[in-house]
Amino acid sequence: MDLLEYQGKQLFARSGVAVPEGEPADTVEGATAAAERIGFPCVVKAQVLIGGRGKAGGIKVARDAGEARAHADAILGMDIRGPRGEGPFRVHQVWVEQASEIDVEYYASIILDRSAKKPLVILSRMGGMNVEEIAETDPDALVRRHVHPRDGLSLDAARSIAVDAGIDEDVVEGVAGILVKLYAAFNDNDATLIEVNPLIVTADRRVVALDAKVTIDGAALFRHEELAAIEDPPEDPQERLAKEKGLTYVKLDGNVGILGNGAGLCMSTLDVVANAGGRPANFLDAGGGSKADAIVDALEVITSDPKVTAVLFNIFGGITRCDEVAKGIIEAYRRVDMDVPLVVRLDGTNSEEGLAMLAEANLDGLHKAETMLGAAEMVVGLANG
Amino acid sequence: MSIIVGTETKLVVSGLTGREGSFHGLRNRDYGTDLVAGVTPKKGGQDVDGVPVFDTVREAVEEAGANTSMVFVPARFAAASINEAIDAGIGTVIAITEGIPVHDMLPTYWRAREAGVRMIGPNCPGALSPGKANVGIIPAQFFAPGSIGVVSKSGTLTYQIGNELKQAGLGNSSIVGIGGDPIVGSDFIDILELYENDPETELIVLVGEIGGDAEERAADYIAEHVTKPVVAYIAGFTAPPGKQMGHAGAIISGSSGTAEAKKEALEAKNVQVGRSPSETARIAAETLAAL
Repeated sequence: MDLLEYQGKQLFARSGVAVPEGEPADTVEGATAAAERIGFPCVVKAQVLIGGRGKAGGIKVARDAGEARAHADAILGMDIRGPRGEGPFRVHQVWVEQASEIDVEYYASIILDRSAKKPLVILSRMGGMNVEEIAETDPDALVRRHVHPRDGLSLDAARSIAVDAGIDEDVVEGVAGILVKLYAAFNDNDATLIEVNPLIVTADRRVVALDAKVTIDGAALFRHEELAAIEDPPEDPQERLAKEKGLTYVKLDGNVGILGNGAGLCMSTLDVVANAGGRPANFLDAGGGSKADAIVDALEVITSDPKVTAVLFNIFGGITRCDEVAKGIIEAYRRVDMDVPLVVRLDGTNSEEGLAMLAEANLDGLHKAETMLGAAEMVVGLANG
Repeated sequence: MSIIVGTETKLVVSGLTGREGSFHGLRNRDYGTDLVAGVTPKKGGQDVDGVPVFDTVREAVEEAGANTSMVFVPARFAAASINEAIDAGIGTVIAITEGIPVHDMLPTYWRAREAGVRMIGPNCPGALSPGKANVGIIPAQFFAPGSIGVVSKSGTLTYQIGNELKQAGLGNSSIVGIGGDPIVGSDFIDILELYENDPETELIVLVGEIGGDAEERAADYIAEHVTKPVVAYIAGFTAPPGKQMGHAGAIISGSSGTAEAKKEALEAKNVQVGRSPSETARIAAETLAAL
């Protein structure tokens, strides 16, 4: 679960990390009132889960209430695309904060290093730009230090990271203190990523987190009620419906709807369809032990996407029984308006029973395929034909 | 020989009295696995279809001789259950549970490493050595005994490939699912080392997917330490960045963890990578026939 900038800053503040004073708002009036309370100059910042907001016109400085109103009016409702073309993301909220007088910009992050099985602290004196750029232009400017999860990050270790990164001498103590607090925030909130870019030194030499990028482990939300409560439902209608029904679904931009059982087999099915010349419309993992009701729900979600012109069910039954899947397909034809062809490949546990049930039901627009490759070719032909 | 599980396995199931734990635990026993005990706190003294249940793993080790533990307990209690098995002197812990928080797994990973305990998973289908023992949820009917060692991040994808190998008349020394979580007890390289040293294994099939860099590190390891042929398959070429594809660990972060990068890394070290599960099984069969 990714947090918006302001949610991340509120989390930082709870851990004692200095952030500029600010308020979130979702209306122009609310944003203007917030700006008047905070005072001028202030900054109106679009709250979307993507980088490159400044370049897209989503971050503006206001010198008075009129400007704050005009900026909020322009930013709320705008669509922002990411640097790699991600999105668009619609702006529903702004964060209005006190403008900071920036003297120096640093970069700080803590990530979960999957290979080393340890958190990795990264600090650089070159902030404001993207960390990959820093790594390319000046790798020596990045200090990377693993932390053993049992030991945690001591103030001494944090100080040595700050010194090695070439942080200005007078703020080494302040930066080290913030690293220790960020590490505590990382642990206490089950974060898998915390990035502060830039971490600034103000004109009066205070160290302040000017941005916040935070990812929380979704598997740990059960012990963070306050974070679970701010999780927004997905914006995409199919992803929202799938979430309500407890299905693992990811929207893609093609026209071949796909259901597989198991994450790996489902990803593989997308790839095989793409190799056959098709464009997958989604990823949907029906999971192990899929029961008939889950199949009905899955077919409902997949076919609610108007771009879908054909659907492929690729099932290799292990724990999942193919007769249960067939039962679900037959039931779905009763309950869902199936106006696109469906290619079904059933293999594995009870596949003969499942195929016999489908043959007997004699459903309109249902095609059976023997193999995964054969199924992919068939569904691509039907989707494009 | 075989790896991870075999005829010497004496299994204790944490969570044997639960619905899934009893279903799969007894299925493993029916296959021939030596299921010696179950563990559920406060249910010591009971039995599940004749299998004695103890309050603690330590009792299962001391009184029933358990050396391998399978963890089937719910996610929020699972790390504590793995820790208990590590501390009780179990040699191999296989964690099936999906959805364990990574901050729970970090200390547990190091606890296992430092105690010299082999951990497989979590979020994995377990390990099967055909004809010998099955610990986990792998449907054994799709695999035959043989000389191909399989190591995989994914369950159903492995069943698909195993079934194609079986239809081609080939079998497996062992099948090990390492799991699809960001932090797993054993990575590809840990299992590759075991297969390299296993006299029964002649060829290794590695099944990877997007996310992390375990496949890239495996490629380097293979080049330096593995003399047996390795055939690979990678899933997720069509996955978009930033989206979790089912498994918690299956996510492209920025530009890292892509299927292309993994395929290129493996091919650069002369590992053949199949474009589909079928092609992977075919390449494995041809390579084995040519040995």
